[in-house]
Amino acid sequence: MSDQKNQGKEGLSRRQFLTYALGGTGAFMAATIAAPLIPFTLDPLTRTGAGTFVDSGLKESDIKSDLPTLIEFKVHRKDGWVEENAKYTAWMIKDEQGKILAMSPVCTHLGCQVAGELDSSGNPIPAKDGKWWFHCPCHGGRYTIHGVQDPTKPPTRPLDLFDVKVEGGKVMVSSKLNQRKA
Amino acid sequence: MFKKTYDWIDERLNITPIWRDVADHDVPAHVNPANKMSAFVYCFGGLTFLIIVTQILSGMFLAMYYVPDIVNAYRSVQYITDEVLLGNIVRGMHFWGASLVIIMMFLHMLRVFFTGAYKAPRELNWVVGVLIFFVVMAFGFTGYLLPWDQKAYWATAVGAQIAETVPFVGPYIKTLLIGGDILGALTLTRFFAIHVFFLPAALLGLLGLHFIMIRKSGIAGPL
Repeated sequence: MSDQKNQGKEGLSRRQFLTYALGGTGAFMAATIAAPLIPFTLDPLTRTGAGTFVDSGLKESDIKSDLPTLIEFKVHRKDGWVEENAKYTAWMIKDEQGKILAMSPVCTHLGCQVAGELDSSGNPIPAKDGKWWFHCPCHGGRYTIHGVQDPTKPPTRPLDLFDVKVEGGKVMVSSKLNQRKA
Repeated sequence: MFKKTYDWIDERLNITPIWRDVADHDVPAHVNPANKMSAFVYCFGGLTFLIIVTQILSGMFLAMYYVPDIVNAYRSVQYITDEVLLGNIVRGMHFWGASLVIIMMFLHMLRVFFTGAYKAPRELNWVVGVLIFFVVMAFGFTGYLLPWDQKAYWATAVGAQIAETVPFVGPYIKTLLIGGDILGALTLTRFFAIHVFFLPAALLGLLGLHFIMIRKSGIAGPL
């Protein structure tokens, strides 16, 4: 093979040319088959949630700044060929600056549902555990009324927030979640 | 880079002889279209295999979105066709490929028949080929039901009634085929399981035998 290489000026032997030609044809045929299959698998990337806003049922003035209020809201969701009105829950509170927080009840550690401090009839009451108001049943994670985690417990960041906006005094929420920095 | 990786593995596992055994074999002059164009008829077997490979691939990908359930099957097929990126193309590959496999297989069979390649010592390979033929027909029959549209439903209804006409055991065959008294939920899951698990296993086994045997006995001589 090395002899042949030295003969030709172009430095490409007949055998090498044929190998490349055959390999190229094979690669082209494989690519023809793979070309539609790969986008087909990647389809979910083209439909990540848009997050339309729905009425939370609360007015801006209904939201307190001392204790969170639990709300339920339904968002029309398309899951493949299944369309449904999916139910979401959120804890609503105003922070020190008066900004509305719609906190997801999902623990940021491993995704269990955190529980707020409620009385027997289900109304929010002040925290019994110092400043920790939300408690996670799984690994003892706990959060303040604003959803800020106890750094000595497993969760490493505050409770996630749903998008919120105020329209004509009405509070609108969407199912789109945002992470807060630790 | 590729060469180095290959050499590294080859040093340890000595893989070169394995693929050389598979790849290096004489192609007789009378089957080489480069010598005589009419020798392209010897390509039909390979083309059948090539299309079977694309059927397996497109089928694997379709299974990502399809569900074999009477409520959702049609909707999932509709979702694939109308909404998934290039879904129409991938479903089209599987749909048209299904007919192409049968056409190519038939042409291959005709070539083997008219060149007398089925004669001794290759009779066993003809027998395995006929079994592959039946498996491919079963693929077509079971796959036809899966979109769960009117055409699928009534074609299978007719197929089930044909099975029922077998003397004595016909009604039992029909019950086993459609998984009960009516053509419904159980028929669909049954056909799906047969189409994606049982038949591919049978087909791959038979194809393996088919290829080993032709390698053992070699390609039949010229006319």
